[in-house]
This record gives sequence, C-alpha cells and structure tokens, in this order.
Amino acid sequence: MKLSFLKQLLVSAAVSISLSAAAQAADVIKIGSVAPKSGPLAGGATVTQWPNLELWSKQVNAAGGIKVGDKKMMVEIIEYDDKTNPGEHIKAAQRLATQDKVDFIVAPYGTGFNLAAAPIYAKYGYPQLAVSAITDKGPELTKRYDNFFLLLGDTTSFTDSVVDVLKDMREAGKIGSKVAMVNVADAFGIELAQAARPALKAANFEIVYDKSYPLGTPDMSPIMKGAKEAGPDAFIAWSYPPDTFALTEQAIIQKLDVKMFYTAVATCFPAYGKTFGDKINGVFGAGGVNPDSPDIAKYMAAHKDLTGKDADYWASANTYVSLQILQQAIEGSSTIDRKTVTQYIKDNSFETIMGPIKFENQISNKFWTVGQWQGGKFYGVKSSNMEGAADIIDKAGWK
Amino acid sequence: MDILITGLLLGGTYALIAFGLNLQYGVARIMNLANGEMLVLGALAAFWLFTAEAISPLLTIFIVAPLSFVGNWLIYRFLLTPLVKRSKTQGQLEVDSILATFGMSFVLVGIMLAFHGEYYTYSYLAESFDIFDETFALNRVVAFCFAVLIGGLLYLWLFKTRTGMAMRAVTVSTESAGLVGINVKKMSALAFALGGAVTTVGGTLISTFMVLDGSVGVLFTMKALIIIIMGGVGDLRGAIVAALILGFVETAVARLVDPGLTLASAYAIFVLVLLFRPQGLFGRKPT
Repeated sequence: MKLSFLKQLLVSAAVSISLSAAAQAADVIKIGSVAPKSGPLAGGATVTQWPNLELWSKQVNAAGGIKVGDKKMMVEIIEYDDKTNPGEHIKAAQRLATQDKVDFIVAPYGTGFNLAAAPIYAKYGYPQLAVSAITDKGPELTKRYDNFFLLLGDTTSFTDSVVDVLKDMREAGKIGSKVAMVNVADAFGIELAQAARPALKAANFEIVYDKSYPLGTPDMSPIMKGAKEAGPDAFIAWSYPPDTFALTEQAIIQKLDVKMFYTAVATCFPAYGKTFGDKINGVFGAGGVNPDSPDIAKYMAAHKDLTGKDADYWASANTYVSLQILQQAIEGSSTIDRKTVTQYIKDNSFETIMGPIKFENQISNKFWTVGQWQGGKFYGVKSSNMEGAADIIDKAGWK
Repeated sequence: MDILITGLLLGGTYALIAFGLNLQYGVARIMNLANGEMLVLGALAAFWLFTAEAISPLLTIFIVAPLSFVGNWLIYRFLLTPLVKRSKTQGQLEVDSILATFGMSFVLVGIMLAFHGEYYTYSYLAESFDIFDETFALNRVVAFCFAVLIGGLLYLWLFKTRTGMAMRAVTVSTESAGLVGINVKKMSALAFALGGAVTTVGGTLISTFMVLDGSVGVLFTMKALIIIIMGGVGDLRGAIVAALILGFVETAVARLVDPGLTLASAYAIFVLVLLFRPQGLFGRKPT
C-alpha cells in the first residue's frame, strides 16, 4: 500500500515534470548569443551587439512573443562571453547547440569570429546572419555554407566608397590628389589598406604617406607628425576604436589641416561625438545611417528608451535588422525548424527599419559605407543601394 | 629635438606604468599581475567623475590615491599575508602571488565591465602645447610633469628618509633586513599599498590621453614587467632609465623607420638587455 502510494506519487511527479517541460519547450524560443563581454572587442560589442539583443527581446516579449503558426512564443536569450577569443567562442557555440539546445543563435561579433565560427554554425544548421563582418570572401563563404548570410557589405565596397568621396571632393575643387593613409597592423586594417592602394592609384591619387602601426600603439603623435609633413590633402585611417579616438585627438592637437579626414571603426559611435563635440564636424567614418528616416529615428528612440544607451550610427541598425529578419522568417514559415527558416530567409524579402531587404545568394546588397558627422549626427553619405544619402559638407578646421 | 621630447613624454608615461609594480615586486616580493587592472581602475574613476560630475582628472588623483592606498593595503593584509606566511622561499611566494593576483585581475576586470563595458572616452586638455616650435599634446605634457613629480618624491623618500632606507634594505634582503630590526611585514604592506596607489594615479593620468576599457589592463601589466625587468627589479632609477629608453626607441623608430616596427624594436631592446645584463640595467648580480 505504502509502496504503491509512493509509486503513484513518483509517477505523477514525473508526469507533471515532463508536462511542464513540454509546455515550456512549446512556449519559448530559446535564442543563444556568443559575443565578447570582455577582451579587446568588448568595447565595440557593448555598443553595437548586446544592447540590440536586449532591445529586440524586450520588444518581442512585450508584444506577447513571436507568432509561430497559431500560437505566440516568448523569446528567451542565453548569453555567453567569448572573451574575444575564437576558441572560447566555438566552445560556447557548441554548448549552446548541444547542452542548452537553443533554437537559434545570433551571429558572432567581428569579422574574424564570423569566419572562424561559420563551420560550427553550419554543422548544427543554425542560420548565421553575420552583421559585424566585412569581407570580400562573401561569395566563397556562402557557396560553402548554405546557412551563412552577410548584411554589412564587403571590403571593396568600403574602400571604393572612400575613393568615391575623394573623387567627388576633387572634382568639386575642394582637395588635391595627395592622400596620407595609415592602417592598424591587423587582419582588418591590412585587408582594407591592400584594397585601397590600387583603388586610389586607379583614380590617380598619390599616396604620400602609407604606414601601419601595431594594435595598442600608445602614442600616435609620431604618425600624425609624419603624415602632416607629407602635406596631404586627405587623411585616411583604417583604424580600430582606440586608435580612431587617439588619431583624431592627435590630428586636432597637431592641427592636421585636411578637408577630408576619415577614420574607420568607431567614428560612428555616439561616444566619438560626445568626446570631441563640434570639433569633428565634417569628419568621415565607416558606416552611417539615415537618422532622419522615420523608421530609424523611431528605432533609435526605442534603443535609448529600453536599453538606456544610444545606438551607434551604423551597425546597430543592421544588427537590429538581422533580428527582425529572423523574427519575420520564423513567423513567415510558421515553424522554428531551422532548415525551413533558413530556406525562408533565402527566398523572401523582409520589411526592416532599413527598408525592404532581400538576400541575393545569401548576401544583402543594402548597406551604408561612408558617413559624415554633420551637426552632431553621423549621416550616411555613400552606400550600396540605400536611399537618403546626405550631401557632403565642408569641414571647417578643428573647431 | 622633436623625437627627443616626444620620446621623453612617452617615457614618462611608461614610468608611470612601472613605478608601482617596481615597489610591489621589489620590496613586497609580490609579482602583482593585477597591476594593469589597478591602473585601469584609476582610468575608470577619472572617466566616470569627469563625464558624470565634471571633475577634472587632476583632482581625481587626490581622490583615488588614498582610496587605492587603503584598498591595496587591505588586499595585502587579507589576501596576500597568508601567502607570505606560508611560503618558505621567495620563489614559492612569487608563484603563489602570481596565481593569486592573476585571479584577482579577473575579479577586477569583471567588476569594471559590469560598471562600464564600453570605452572610457573623454577629452581633457587635448590641446596643442608648443615647445621649441614643435607641437605636443598638453595632456601628455601634464602627465609627464606628474610622472617627474611622483618619481622625484619617491626618489627623495627612498634615498633621504629612514623609512626609505629600511625599504631599500628589504629590497636587498628580507632576512638581513629583519635581523637588523626592520619590521619587514610592515614595510612590505606599506610598499604594496603605495605601489598600488601610484599605479592607480598613473591610470588616472594616462586616461586623459589614451582610450582604455575594462579589459585592457593586461597590456599595461606586460609593459610594466618589461620595464622593471629591464631596469633591474626593485631599483627606481633602473625603472626610470628603462622607461625612457623604451620611449625614445619607440618614438625614434616610429618617426625615422616605420611605425609598424615600434613593438618589434621595444622587444629587441628588451632581449638585448637580457642577453648582456640578465640582472637588468641597475640590478645586482645574484650572489
């Protein structure tokens, strides 16, 4: 009697556990994310990647979840820190796939990480909507991995757009043909500098100063002095966040008087505008948005409101777009089956805050390439297939 | 001239990074791998007080110095004293302290990232300052002046006061210092706390011209290690000379050869010093 009561109890307990587990599994879409929270790339990921995940999940859950067929499923986010270390990243991604059994994984932060982790996401069949990745290897990658998508553009478009800005300014008689170019000695900087050299030469620009500097260089003043002595009309730096700030500060101090001043990553960060104020009016940088478009303005306001942080003027929007695409693909295919969702992403067009986006061979050709600080906002001035590019303004010294 | 002054300014920055660890390793025999994180804490304080309260980093120094002194004293007293007590040889203490402070560095990084995960960016005295018709950054010049001041005070204290002499005695030999009636425990705690305070102040000054973030501390630990090993462990003059050499060499290479070779040249000098003077420029040969 006693035994059977215990048995009954156990059975009912087991049933209720499995029932609640089933109910939980049915109502929640688990979404994993591995990106840096520490290490050299953490400063960028905390601006561009993590807040968007927070924003999107809050918005989705406040609206009652994602509509899958005739029911609504809430999203649950599982976050891991990859410590800006590819090995850690792959371990964490594996853990998400095999132990947490997440339904989807948000693409990594950083070009190198997206490339390094592609095989692991392909192995488990997770659609990888790579945002923070700029590479010319897109076609090669998408051919090899049929779950790999690119949203932010390719190296050549970025360098070509910078050359386009230079050409426009030369035609308008604003600058001559002398260009000083520096790059961070790292895969990103080297690739962009290599792509820029022939493009500049083809457009008849003379590179009067061409140097690289190691990551973490403590003093940029020798570089800036060297560049200034070369007497350039334009200054281009394929730089990372800490050097973007350091080079700009040194340019102000050394009074590098060029009409065209370009620094790459982090020029679009709100912190850049806050740090230098009006001095950087007219400075060019990688990326851009159209902050005046109603959708983007609404997005930026919500970003500030729900995460307490300002969105950056570039990849923040693209990151949010990638989450919008994932959501619409789940809703459109009425399932959380990864294969079906991946196929849906390939076949359909998506309504996003950056307008309609459709992948061609898994690559989106709508992205901003060059932006310019204009009156406290960073406007996109060159793009690939984006509407609403702002006109270039004149840079009036460093004040 | 330009290279000389730029190199001097960079050397001052390096000296700021290395002073603290020199005291901690030289006197207290603690190989503090959380040194860089202490430095970044000073930068975080400066960034936070500047952006939130508009307090000048030069004032922040006087807030962080006593706080860091007390904090580092507590760390030594409660975290490291047990290690000192149980270690039978200096080698064992070094291994234990490396492990303990390595762990501590992760804790500090975690705290700083929770506090502010983004870059510590602000602009302070980012103005031109002309010396002999050459332009330099005012914030670097100011930081250099403070480095000279801190170095000078440390020198006077170490070489002209009784406590300073006791401190130097402990550097030479903990056993002998104890035999002549020096309170080695107290001296070590003092050196560790003072070293921590100097490092934090260095971080506050450096943050005026460098963009730091919570994870960047390890780079400064590495630089500090190179400088004190090059200069000779525990010798203040050695640290200053080594910092200046690095500053000059890096600047000269960046201006005359190629900025891409600065790191390589710094390590080349380091290797040369180790080859020809393994005990460091001012270090004593082990007896």
